[in-house]
Amino acid sequence: MIKRAIALFLVLFFGYVFTTLLLNWHPWTELIGVARYYVSHELTELGATNLVTAIVVTYRGLDTLGEVTVLFLAATGVSVLLRRTTITLPSPGPKRQSSEILHTATRLLTPFIVMFGAYIFINGHLTPGGGFQGGAVIASAVLLLFLTNPHQALNHRILKTIESLSGATYVLVGILGLFLAGGFLDNRILPLGEPGRILSAGAIPIIYTCIGLKVGTELANILENLRGPATSPVLEENEGRAQ
Amino acid sequence: MILIIAIGIALMLIGFWGALIRKNMIRIVLSIGIAETGLQLLMIGVGYLKGRTAPILDSAVPFSQALQRVVDPVPQALVLTAIVIGVAVNALMLTFIIRLYEKKKTLTISDYRDLKW
Repeated sequence: MIKRAIALFLVLFFGYVFTTLLLNWHPWTELIGVARYYVSHELTELGATNLVTAIVVTYRGLDTLGEVTVLFLAATGVSVLLRRTTITLPSPGPKRQSSEILHTATRLLTPFIVMFGAYIFINGHLTPGGGFQGGAVIASAVLLLFLTNPHQALNHRILKTIESLSGATYVLVGILGLFLAGGFLDNRILPLGEPGRILSAGAIPIIYTCIGLKVGTELANILENLRGPATSPVLEENEGRAQ
Repeated sequence: MILIIAIGIALMLIGFWGALIRKNMIRIVLSIGIAETGLQLLMIGVGYLKGRTAPILDSAVPFSQALQRVVDPVPQALVLTAIVIGVAVNALMLTFIIRLYEKKKTLTISDYRDLKW
């Protein structure tokens, strides 16, 4: 009871603080400070038409490298912690095989979902989207595979290769910026090109492709670990067919 | 936009309340997720400028008029980061819950007193 009262007090306190902030808050009517600089100089400096991408990948590129590192550490933590789980949930009897419609739709849709994810991260500097969003879309294709067949095995060698190669390329491009352009993660190591073209904005498409592949494989890895170990698919599959 | 910010604040408070009151660890993780969503809405709402459009330059928003036409892109970049970190943190918390459940076969947080002082 006393805990509940303390919790209520804390929430009311936060509510009071936020309400006071909100009541005294005057919305900006124009861009100020760093946002003003970004909006007025971005296109001539970096050449990306998506301003958010320019900020995420180049102006605040170091933050994004840290963010990718955090995601990588989380994925590593998940796989280390779940590597030897002995957890066995009480099975509610034999599972039914997922339906023919789901199987066919999954086979049909998975390549297109992956392609859409790749489209999102390749066009990250032009349209809404980017590496993280594209990576999440690719991981959703993996989730669809798991929903259709819970025993789906992923090829770890390919995942590992893609993940480490894209991570290394990202850092390498960043270091190249130190020597060829203004600093770490500067995108001007390649010609800026004409804004709006797919091959423009210097290294931003390369970096976002790396991020997209890395995030996609990491999220797929997290999903696979949270699903649990694949158990004897053959037996249950036969049972499912018999029904 | 004040409405969006108010909804964000309400979601944050609901999330805090849930995280403080609930005993089931999975519900605590869900509460933290709700609070995160509220914070993200709050940040997007603060970055909005009345009557303006998304910070993407094209034929509708030429570069020369961008300063008068687009909303603040910085909070949007921050929220992008926050969403990704949120996913990572949620995955890690759920992993801890799986491991804890394996140890004691319970999801109630008050059953885990090993680190309590």
